[in-house]
Amino acid sequence: MDFGSINPILLMASLMVAATPIVLAAIGELVVERAGVLNLGVEGMMIVGSVLGFVAAIHSESAWVGFLVAAVSGAGLALVFGLLTQYLLTNQVATGLALTLFGLGLAALLGQGYLGTKAPSFPDLHIPLLGDIPVIGPIVFQHDPMVYIGLAIVAGVWWFLNKTRGGLVLRAVGENHEAAHALGYHVIRTRLLAIMFGGAVAGLGGAYLSIVRVPTYAEGLTAGAGWIALAIVVFASWKPGRLVIGAYLFGGVTVLQLNLQAAGVAIPVEYLSMSPYIATILVLVIMSAGSAPGSLGKTFHASR
Amino acid sequence: MITLEKRPQPSQVWSMASPLVAVLLTMIAGAGLFAALGQDPIEALAKIFWEPLFGEFSFFYRPQLLIKGAPLVLIAIGLSLGFRAGIWNIGAEGQYIIGALSGAAVALALYPSEARWLVFPLMVIAGAFGGFAWAMIPGILRVKFKTNEILVSLMLVYVAEQLLASMALGAMRNPDGQGFPGSRNMAQMDAATSWINQSAGMHWGVVAAFIAVIFAYVLLARHVLGFQIKLAGQAPRAAAFSGTNPARLILFCLGTSGALAGMAGMFEISGPSGIVSIDFNVGYGFTAIIVAFLGRLHPVGILLAAGLMALTYIGGDVAQSSLGLPGAAIQVFQGMLLFFLLAVDVLTNYRFRFGTKGVA
Repeated sequence: MDFGSINPILLMASLMVAATPIVLAAIGELVVERAGVLNLGVEGMMIVGSVLGFVAAIHSESAWVGFLVAAVSGAGLALVFGLLTQYLLTNQVATGLALTLFGLGLAALLGQGYLGTKAPSFPDLHIPLLGDIPVIGPIVFQHDPMVYIGLAIVAGVWWFLNKTRGGLVLRAVGENHEAAHALGYHVIRTRLLAIMFGGAVAGLGGAYLSIVRVPTYAEGLTAGAGWIALAIVVFASWKPGRLVIGAYLFGGVTVLQLNLQAAGVAIPVEYLSMSPYIATILVLVIMSAGSAPGSLGKTFHASR
Repeated sequence: MITLEKRPQPSQVWSMASPLVAVLLTMIAGAGLFAALGQDPIEALAKIFWEPLFGEFSFFYRPQLLIKGAPLVLIAIGLSLGFRAGIWNIGAEGQYIIGALSGAAVALALYPSEARWLVFPLMVIAGAFGGFAWAMIPGILRVKFKTNEILVSLMLVYVAEQLLASMALGAMRNPDGQGFPGSRNMAQMDAATSWINQSAGMHWGVVAAFIAVIFAYVLLARHVLGFQIKLAGQAPRAAAFSGTNPARLILFCLGTSGALAGMAGMFEISGPSGIVSIDFNVGYGFTAIIVAFLGRLHPVGILLAAGLMALTYIGGDVAQSSLGLPGAAIQVFQGMLLFFLLAVDVLTNYRFRFGTKGVA
């Protein structure tokens, strides 16, 4: 065992990278759930985004094209979920599960030719001045652009939900769809837009895993990240600020256990690999008190 | 203008017809998928749905239906109870693994005992209890702390997979295996094997699956608990007023589905699989979710749906070896089936109205 090999600065720095896919997927799902829809298909949208984004990045030799394609494909899959749940009034839990099962299969099918391929490089930013601050510089200001884009999306969602009329309508639709409908708001249109935003961001999160975090394609590389994102939304009590804290806590556990594995701790690798999932369960137990949006998971059918 | 209108009562006809329509639509969409993969769609469909049943080697494939179908039935029956009551156990895959490990632990601990009358029943009990205990974690957390059972049960799948890897590489590794991962082969132990007739595909899991179907049928049709399960799903407020204890219902549904999934895992590991290995679980716990819905959450429906799903597994293998159709294509096919089923299901509870809306 050699704890000396763990560099605290590098550990803190990789924490932000490890948390980014969760931040992305969770902020999308947060918007969807604030609109009153429970989409359990996050894992499916993420993994399809990870594959299609990766494939697009390889062929275009540009990570940015990969991210774009991943966002579009995530939104496309989410649209299928949206049409089924909003127009054909299917059960949201079952449809979300279907999306995940379908997505896992689709990803395995599309990705077969790319196993072990390496992604095009996606260089880190070196922000002048800020990046040169000792200790804090390398931890916070020397990452790739997607880390900051993820945080910007969180800030944007906070601003949208709390400071704009559109955000107010979205929250009204999520809290009480009957009342929102009676006031003349378009429940279904609002929800469809929210669902597609959630899918696009989940796709981005998946692509971040395959293009930056791993960055080689392997089957099943999301390994439950989409489900953890769902748990982080509950942890955050549906508030964007707390979502970032939750995702970073999770990133911390992940990075720490990886570092402990590398340092050769006496605990077997398998038990260390369990720790992020067990941590998620503990977090869920502690944080189950938050109040969910009133219409979460309920089907809306406007009966004249 | 097309609008949806709620039916006064769910349509009996569509309730029966929608799975069939969904299967048909999936076959059409699947044909498109296979064509996109560069296969002759008709030939691919024939390989998947015809070849295993009536083809040249059907004597080999037909027993496989029992082997692949039994765990699906066992798990789906348990899940259907919870799904009816709005209790979502989606971690059956984890309970399946833990059940298998518990059963295997008994078999390996008592090796080389010859006493089948002792070893095998103990394995069944251990397997059921292992799955039950694993499902009780989300159950108790839900009852005590209102924790979301969907997420907890799913997280426990990943934990169980790591535990399986640890057992296959560590504690349960075959001491005579020259360091290779994997346990002793339980299918070859007379005291522990779940096989009844291997060439016919008969093992005790198949027997248990049929018993579970009958048990679930009687429970739902004749027992007050079955009535409460249905009521809690359809009218939660009415259920509360009629004295249904929600905590007890949650624990019963999760516990039963966990025990059945655990037994499925135990029968699998001491028969068709034989050894504790890293890739022991192949996703029956997730496919069973599709089976439960496709079978309309009804015991007899589940039996038929499991047969169909088992057929797609076997047919997928046939198409993979003879046409080179990728294995993942079958996974996509199964996912599409659930989508189509849910979409067609709208016709059970609603009907389409064509023409202009009246003045509101």
